[in-house]
Amino acid sequence: MNAATAPVQRPADARLLAADGSGQLRHLRRSRITDLLRPGDLLVANDAATLPASLSGTHSASGETVEVRLAGRSSLDTADFAQVTAVVFGRGDHHTPTEERPLPPALHPGDRLELGPLRAEVEKLLDHPRLVRLAFSGTPSEIWRGIATHGRPIQYAHIDEPLALWDVWTRVASLPVAFEPPSAGFLLDWSLLDELRRKGVGFATLTHAAGISSTGDPALDRRLPFDEPYHIPAETIRAIEHARARGGRIVALGTTVTRALEHAASLGKGGAPRAGNGLADQRIGPGTELRIVDVIVSGAHEPGESHHELLHAFVGDEVLRSLDSALEEHGYLTHEFGDSVLIERWG
Amino acid sequence: MKSTTRKPSNPTRPDESRAIHTRESGPLAGLRVAVTGGTSGLGLALVEALGNHGARVAFVARDAERVAAVERRFPGTHGLAGDVSRKDQTYPLALQITSALGGLDVLIHNASSLGPVPLARLADTECEDFEAALATNLVGPFRLTRALLGALSAAARQGRPARVVHITSDAAVTPYPEWGAYGVSKAALLHLSRIWHEELKAFGVAVEAIDPGDMDTPLHALAVPGADPSELKRPAESAAEIVARLVAASALEEVAR
Repeated sequence: MNAATAPVQRPADARLLAADGSGQLRHLRRSRITDLLRPGDLLVANDAATLPASLSGTHSASGETVEVRLAGRSSLDTADFAQVTAVVFGRGDHHTPTEERPLPPALHPGDRLELGPLRAEVEKLLDHPRLVRLAFSGTPSEIWRGIATHGRPIQYAHIDEPLALWDVWTRVASLPVAFEPPSAGFLLDWSLLDELRRKGVGFATLTHAAGISSTGDPALDRRLPFDEPYHIPAETIRAIEHARARGGRIVALGTTVTRALEHAASLGKGGAPRAGNGLADQRIGPGTELRIVDVIVSGAHEPGESHHELLHAFVGDEVLRSLDSALEEHGYLTHEFGDSVLIERWG
Repeated sequence: MKSTTRKPSNPTRPDESRAIHTRESGPLAGLRVAVTGGTSGLGLALVEALGNHGARVAFVARDAERVAAVERRFPGTHGLAGDVSRKDQTYPLALQITSALGGLDVLIHNASSLGPVPLARLADTECEDFEAALATNLVGPFRLTRALLGALSAAARQGRPARVVHITSDAAVTPYPEWGAYGVSKAALLHLSRIWHEELKAFGVAVEAIDPGDMDTPLHALAVPGADPSELKRPAESAAEIVARLVAASALEEVAR
């Protein structure tokens, strides 16, 4: 499949391929997603805003140019951004495919990185030449100012023009804690939210720090997704209970929402999701029993990606294979600005 | 109003649990407020009054040194250097506001440009001065609201009193000669406010325009250099009125829940 190469969140011709529980496929314009939702259903989105998590700069010891991509944190607390997991690349930028990017100079604990106005120290190597834990110097305000003014959204070679924050913030983007955009939410706009409201479809959000989606390194990519902190408001849990009590379906907008809700359900009593903070560390795949999410809306992903693996929890191999070949055959576009799929859990 | 003390509506939220140790007591305790143009005039008075009522305040202004000075004067506030008239600063500011406050409940668009100084008839107003007034007084607020609407609507979904306040002027309604650039921008801002309100009320975000009256501010001094300060309102008085409206609105929403 081809990647969508224009950073447009809602292209007029965006498409949606829907698979119902029995494996029936339906092609429609993505803006008609409301036709597939019923009064009483609840759509849950990730309202994390995206950080400009790509920081260019210099490795002080060697003088070499590096690109640091912030990739994970253990908490959503914006008052404490001092420590962060990062993937470090050598010289170059997003125009070079990540798998061809050179390694950074050899990094050692204590090494200093000068990243525009930011100063960071390598605290720890994380069993891979690209993966480190960084500690930023300065007060939280200084760190945030540095990230806000120097950082750029992480981007990949399939998008040529440099992305701006407005390209990657969804319409509901709130707390800036995602390292890459929760891109399933790109389909939302306020007109669609109003249409849902009029139809009686509920809308709720959680905040999940979507992590880096690819490092270009097979060994590192196998470790994705990293652990991701999330927060589920009590109001969202109430909306879920309300919808379920009335026979409505829980529709997760994206893999991050699915991961957070299912993780919260694993902590709650009797499979009911728990409100509050959590750290999603599980993988969702063929063997996963879904407790909360009935329907997922996600980007069109290639088989083998971790996002695609997650779909196995919703439907069997046969349905997924027919979905994949329909996506291929009809030229659906992949990646963050591409087309979407909607998959209802079978059974 | 029997009890006007605002409690965090959801004590499990991490930003609110953090708020507890920085939060002052007061009728706006825990309310997360951003003010533009926060280092002089009404904006400065608002930063002080909001803080005194327990709100957690982030403010924006162009001059980094004055921002730092106001931040030092009112410990606990977050000062952000930036220019709301510049498109490229919108998202960096939005990001720093929400990260500083852990979200946002109230956004007060107070930063204002007079247009040509000294005031000039429209026919004598340079296009650049006219555009500068629109950029600061109208387009900037539009952009910043848009960038922060996700945060404001998230607050509303959690039962918090989400609100956008536009500081307008009687020049928005009355066609004062020589106040063309300013008056036109404020008239448009007033209408922007009304249309935002119609479109956002279903999502729990209230949008209003407040005319604070003629105040003894640097902007007024630029406009009317010879004015007698004793005939003007003190900014603190207007700020107190606005804070009282926020207190009343927050209390009403508590009752409604």
